[in-house]
Formats: sequence, C-alpha cells, structure tokens
Amino acid sequence: MNFSDVIRTAVHALRGNWMRSVLTSLGVIIGVAAVIVMVSVGQGTQAEIDKMVSGLGSQRLDISPGSRRGPGGVRMSSSSYYTLTDGDVEAIREDIPEVQFVSGSLNGNTQIVYAENNWSSRWQGVQPDYFDINAWTIAEGEAFDAQDYSSAAKEVILGETVRRELFGDESAIGQTVRLGRVPFVVVGVLAPKGQGGWGQDQDDVMMVPMQTARRRLLGAMGLPPGAVMQIALTVTNADDLGYVQGEVESLLRQRHRLAPGAEDDFSVRNISEIVATRTATTRLMSLLLGAVASISLIVGGIGIMNIMLVSVTERIREIGLRMAVGAGPTDIRRQFLAEAMLLSLVGGALGIVIGVVGAVLVGRFGDLPVVLNAQVVGMAAGFSVATGLFFGYYPARKASLLDPIEALRQ
Amino acid sequence: MKTDVPIVDARDLGKVYSPGTEAEVVALKDADLRIERGAFVAIMGPSGSGKSTLMNLIGCLDTPSTGTYRCDGVDVSTLDAEELAALRRDKIGFVFQTFHLLPRMTALENVAMPLVYARVAPAERERIATEALKAVGLGDRIGHRPNEMSGGQQQRVAIARALVNRPALLLADEPTGALDSKTGEEILSLFKRLRDDGHTVVIITHDAEVAAHADRTYVIRDGELHPEHAEAAA
Repeated sequence: MNFSDVIRTAVHALRGNWMRSVLTSLGVIIGVAAVIVMVSVGQGTQAEIDKMVSGLGSQRLDISPGSRRGPGGVRMSSSSYYTLTDGDVEAIREDIPEVQFVSGSLNGNTQIVYAENNWSSRWQGVQPDYFDINAWTIAEGEAFDAQDYSSAAKEVILGETVRRELFGDESAIGQTVRLGRVPFVVVGVLAPKGQGGWGQDQDDVMMVPMQTARRRLLGAMGLPPGAVMQIALTVTNADDLGYVQGEVESLLRQRHRLAPGAEDDFSVRNISEIVATRTATTRLMSLLLGAVASISLIVGGIGIMNIMLVSVTERIREIGLRMAVGAGPTDIRRQFLAEAMLLSLVGGALGIVIGVVGAVLVGRFGDLPVVLNAQVVGMAAGFSVATGLFFGYYPARKASLLDPIEALRQ
Repeated sequence: MKTDVPIVDARDLGKVYSPGTEAEVVALKDADLRIERGAFVAIMGPSGSGKSTLMNLIGCLDTPSTGTYRCDGVDVSTLDAEELAALRRDKIGFVFQTFHLLPRMTALENVAMPLVYARVAPAERERIATEALKAVGLGDRIGHRPNEMSGGQQQRVAIARALVNRPALLLADEPTGALDSKTGEEILSLFKRLRDDGHTVVIITHDAEVAAHADRTYVIRDGELHPEHAEAAA
C-alpha cells in the first residue's frame, strides 16, 4: 500500500464520520491554540522585562542612605538618616578606577509655573554624570556647563511632558519659569524616553544643577550640609559590577567610620539583581502557562486515542476483510496511524490559525505584551504531529494485531 | 505457472486449539487434501465439524499445528502474519456468506480494494476492477453502493473482488447461505463458469445440494476429512 493510498483511505474513513472527526480534532485545535497564545504571552512578558533590563542598564549601582534592612523601627532624624555626602561621591570617583560615571542627586516635588500654565512635577538636583548614567540626552537647547554647576545657576532642563504641559507648541528655550517661588531659565529640553518598565511617565521630570537644588529647592528639609539623597554610578565593564559593589561598600564603611560588625548606614543595590529575580519569576510563569496549555494538548491527544480505539472496534469486520484480501499488519497499522495523524494535523493546522489570530487579538485588545514568532508556531505544529503519532500508535497497533479469523467472525 | 504443482497440497494436516490445557480442542486431524488447477471442489460438513478450521488453513488465514500445507507450492507453516497476508493477496480470493462489502464504497472501489495492497496504480486498478465486474455481469453497476444492490448482486461484487488479483484459488465459504435458492443457483452457475475459464474453486458448505454442483466433494466430520465416495462406501 503506497503513501497516497494510505492517505486516501484515511480521508475516506474520516469523512464517513465527519462530525466525529471534527469533534475529535477540536481537542487538538484547542490545545495547539492554547499553547500558541500562552507561549506568545509568556514570551511577550519576557521581552518586556528584557527591555526594562536594558533600559536600566546592567552596569549600574544605586546607593541609598540607610541600611538595606531599613530603619528597623528606629525613628531617625533626617540629619542622621541622610548619611551620603558630596564627599562620598568624589571619593568613589577618585578611588575606584573601574567606575565610569558617578553622580549624587537630590530630588523633590514642586509646582512649576509658566505664564498662566502650571504643572506639578518631580525635580532632580544632578551632577554632570547623571545624564550619562540615566541615558538622558538633550533634544533641544543645551546641557548645564561647569560654571552652571559651580555657581548654582538658576537654570532648568525640562522633560518632554513638562515642556508640553507648560509650553505646548511654543519654544521653551530661554523662557523663565518659576519652580515654587524661584525663577529659573529653561536652557534645555530632554529627549523623550516614554513609558518606563513599571509604566510610569519617565518624561515627567525636570533637572537642575545639584547646588541650585540644595540652595533653592530643598528649603527647610533639614538635610545636613553636603548631603545627597542618592548616588548612582556605572562601571566601564559590566563584569566588574560585583567587584565595584564590594569596593564601594568598603570605601563607604571606611569613610563613615563604621566599626567592624556595625551595620551599614547605606545600601548598595544592584538593579540587575532585582531584574534577575523578576526575570526568573516571569520565566517560571511562562513555563507554567506552557505546561497548562500542553495539558490541554495531551487531553486532545487522549481524545484522538479514545476515538481511534472506538473506530478499531467498530470497524473490526473491515479490518478482517482487508486482512483476508491481503493487507498485512503493517498496512493496517499505517492506515489507522494515518487517520490519527490526519486528525491531529488538521487539528494542529486549524489550531495554529486560531492561536495566531488569538495571540494577535490578545496583544491588541487584552493589554498583554505578546511576542509571536515562527518558532512557537513550528513548535505547536511539531507538538500536534507528535500527539497524533503518540496517541495514534496504540490503537493502530491494536488493529494490526487482530486475528483476521476472529475479526471476520464479528 | 507450473501446471504440475497442485493448488492445494495438504498432508496429515492437523489443528489443535489450546494444546496442553484442559480446553484442548482437536479441530482437525490428519487431513490429506490435494486440489489440482481448474478443479471445482466442495467441502461439506455440519457446523462444528472442523469445516471452518480447514477453510482457514487452506485460505492461509491460519497455520497448521501438524502436517504440511503447500499453497500453490508455498509451504505456509513457517510464515508470519505479514507473509501470510502477502500469500493471501497473491494466491487466494475469498467469497463470504455475508459478502463483507464495505458499505461506504462503490462496487468498483470494493472490487479494486485488494489491488491497493498489491500496489497496482490507480488507473490500472480501475481498469482491472471494471473488467472483473463485467465478468460477473455487473458492468452496469460499477458506481452503486452495496445498499443499492440485491443480495445476489452484492455476492457477485464480492466474487469480482475475489477474482481481481487473479488468484490461484477461489475459496467460497457458504457463498449461497444468505441468498434465496434461485439466486443461489445463479451464483453457483457463475462458479461453474469460472471453473470453465480455468479458475480453481473450493466451496465450503453444509448443504449437500450446493455441494452437488461441484465436480468432487469431500466430507468433514469430527475433524476428519474423507472423499465423499469413501464415506458412501463406509
């Protein structure tokens, strides 16, 4: 029996009971579609995380005042809480050559007013390296120069959202705005970054030189002189990150005169650690989604096996006759295997169509990130073939081992 | 074809079911049977006589427990299921009491079915099957399905299917059992005509009237096979 005859016979048999064939395929259709949608969503989430990682940078350390474990219930005055200083920033820059950029920063919220427009936003008091560390570029106007930093110039660089809210279509460069009660000249506008990894608007921000922030914006927050709220740094080579983290910790302990055994009064966070945890969690979630979808594919396969077993029993006389006229066990096995494969292949093909359409719809209307690639579709197709082979083999073998004498007597 | 080799050559043929157990059944013992090419033979016996066992052995559906069986010169005793199937395909054409036609197929498709396993090309299959249907007088029914035909017509389709591989042996198991007597006569005369065309025909039956149409009759009783004249003499 050659290949085209095997297929023709299988098609003939399945068409003879087409309603049952369609219902049996439905199991595989749903299984394959579920695998495609689930894996696409899983991969989409993964891609989103990857984007976030590259946005944050894996060469970056963030240093905050206070111990990693937090204040631990002990109420601290702000002067004893803000332990990081300009001096620490300079020491890191001087003593650790692997550091590429380092910047302290201050931040707070304030009202910004231009003519009759006003907007409430977050300001950052920054040092020159801050822009490089956070990958900010100036879209319009220019950055602060050395003099602006040293003289605490009353100049501000606006994020795109702030510029739009205050100026609309007007040019912002050279205009005077008020931050709180203090007039500032707009010298630049940042290139927009869009939404951040956690969904916040990264462009709703404004930058001023750190000294300016310290004198004009901090007001009565009561920070110790020279204190900074955050230090961020990047290393030249990502491989050095762990080493630099250690160096920073020992340098700061030494500078803060912490006795051996005393708790750190600062914490160094490696953003990539946090992201790695998140990535692992997402990967686990994708795996679980894939596993659940695979189970539905297995259930579909069991449906095929069930129907094929029924079919073998129903057609036992046909099998006996075919054997009597010269069909060998191999011919019979091939015929029933072909029927199971056809059910799963047709189911797989329809499942791929439904799964791809479903994934696209989920991406468009379901507010979930979706990445659909040929690999997923290929995998689903492979799965459906494997399902047909695996679950079709047993019934086919059972048919092929029938005794023609017994089969004819039924 | 070697004309001197008998189509059926069975010596001391025996079949025991469940040997060595309490359920042991000796269905056939020491049967000797030789059927030469072009013969029309009837094997007659009541049910339970070992008739079906003998037919299964002659039809290469089963292998003997003892003795040897050569089907058109091929010793079947050592063959496996695959080889027996090939032997049936090439040497035997079966006709059954209940026709065993596949209901979803047309007469032509039913007749062409054995050729599928003989790997004959589709166009050739159609040609040969049409010829076989014409040979049994159903040239005008090739597109009909079994449920659109009478019992006699269905049995003719089955006979055409049995002939389509040009088998050495046409083996009919109660071919008239499901037909009225007039139609049964027609089927039997068709067998005679096939014999005249050089086919070898063996009919298994319980009916002496049917057996009377054959050139030679064997009687089987309690697993023992004798030529009819020997039975009469005894």
